[in-house]
Amino acid sequence: MKNMLKHLFCSNPGKKAHPAAAALNLLLVCGLLTAIFWLSLAAINVAFDFSFVVTFRTRLWRGFIVTLELSVLSMLISLAIGVLSALGQGSRILAIRYLCNIYVKFIRGTPLIMQIYLFFYIIGTAWGVTNRLLAGALILSIFEGAYIAEIIRGSMLSIDASQLEAARAVGLTRVQTARYIIVPQLVARTLPALTGQFASIVKDSSLLSMISVIELTQTMREISATNFRLFECYIFLGLLYLCLTLPITFVSKRMERRFDYAS
Amino acid sequence: MRVEFHNLSKRFDDNRTVLEPMDFTDDIHTLAVIGPSGGGKSTLLRILGGLITPTTGEILMDGAPISRDESALQRYRANLGFVFQQSGLFKHLNALENITLPLEKVHGYSKKEAIERASALLTRFGLENDAQKHPAALSGGQQQRVAIARAIAAKPKLLLLDEPTSALDPEYTTEVLDIVDELKNEGLDFIIVTHEMGFARHACEKIVFLCEGRLMEYGESAELFGNPQTSQLKNFLGKLLEWNV
Repeated sequence: MKNMLKHLFCSNPGKKAHPAAAALNLLLVCGLLTAIFWLSLAAINVAFDFSFVVTFRTRLWRGFIVTLELSVLSMLISLAIGVLSALGQGSRILAIRYLCNIYVKFIRGTPLIMQIYLFFYIIGTAWGVTNRLLAGALILSIFEGAYIAEIIRGSMLSIDASQLEAARAVGLTRVQTARYIIVPQLVARTLPALTGQFASIVKDSSLLSMISVIELTQTMREISATNFRLFECYIFLGLLYLCLTLPITFVSKRMERRFDYAS
Repeated sequence: MRVEFHNLSKRFDDNRTVLEPMDFTDDIHTLAVIGPSGGGKSTLLRILGGLITPTTGEILMDGAPISRDESALQRYRANLGFVFQQSGLFKHLNALENITLPLEKVHGYSKKEAIERASALLTRFGLENDAQKHPAALSGGQQQRVAIARAIAAKPKLLLLDEPTSALDPEYTTEVLDIVDELKNEGLDFIIVTHEMGFARHACEKIVFLCEGRLMEYGESAELFGNPQTSQLKNFLGKLLEWNV
């Protein structure tokens, strides 16, 4: 009896659970979460009405697309910034090294919302970037680039000196060493963490609503301000973000397994 | 192979002298470099392998000086085989790719030729079932056998081995040394830095004894082991024998 319970409810971490046990426990957890949620809603007398989704479908779709555009654009720009600053932090030229160090420390040490307001006036007003989408993407990229720089620098440091010596010993040139040894090992170590950072970009883009970029969150704020259906609006908003972040998490997990040559 | 060096020394950036000026001239088939840890054995081997440049002196291999120019050094290194103490295999490549990469990129083999050559070597060393495994999935002994296969794949003129068995569990040591011995019988010249005195004594024709950065003794292995001249070598051998079975 005790043994059966153990099989139904337990599985060692890192091991796949038996399908029946997995289904049972998933159902339990979902049931529990729904119950808590439902009871909370009942306590404040809310009845769900999601009809606004149909009414505002064009605006919602547009907001979704803007968030998607912001995210993709920021992923590309922040990756470029991240690679450059990671390289810059290892530069022999002091001015470049210090610049990159200060950039990474400042960005990682201050909240995004402060940077959004600050940079919006610098990038938007002083540099004359009037396109809010582009300004938003730039601000977000500056923020995420610092984190990506740290991810890349970490994996650069983790490349073993013995690998470089072995490359020299077999007679590879510097360019060949970079191409066949360093880059593949860097990519393998960086990709899982990098995809995780990409999921953060999607979520962090919601803060750009503060400077009135009409992305998904801002759209939802506007809708909820007219129909007062706060619960439904933000539940639906969460679902839409999950549509973007869950696939990224899935890809990240796949890559982790694919590039896991170290074990 | 005729190995010659004159006034060879090495001092590192922090002013630590690892090798005092030394001279050497002889024809080498199989040479073991022995001595206490920190005596400069690995440094000497890396200098001979063109991996680090000496502070003073010049080295001639079969009469040709080792250049200090990087692209000439590259060609020089490509014509040698080097086996490291450990983690000398590329971690992101499987056993087969570890051997084929240098064959293709450095020695100009076609992909097909490289795979044929690599597979033949893996089979010969009893690793035919491990070709697709990454280094982390291989035992230490298997890793060193792959490393040796990679080092000899392009038929080098000389094989350099830097303590190839020091990081191994004792039971794997034999399988690696057996391979080196087998290669010797096929006529491949090698220089090995080793703590395996049995191997140095019985499988290597000549011995260099390095201690505190000095080349203390050199000669036929039977002579050196049978009749050590310096107190350092007597002391070194005495310590090794203390716990012998």
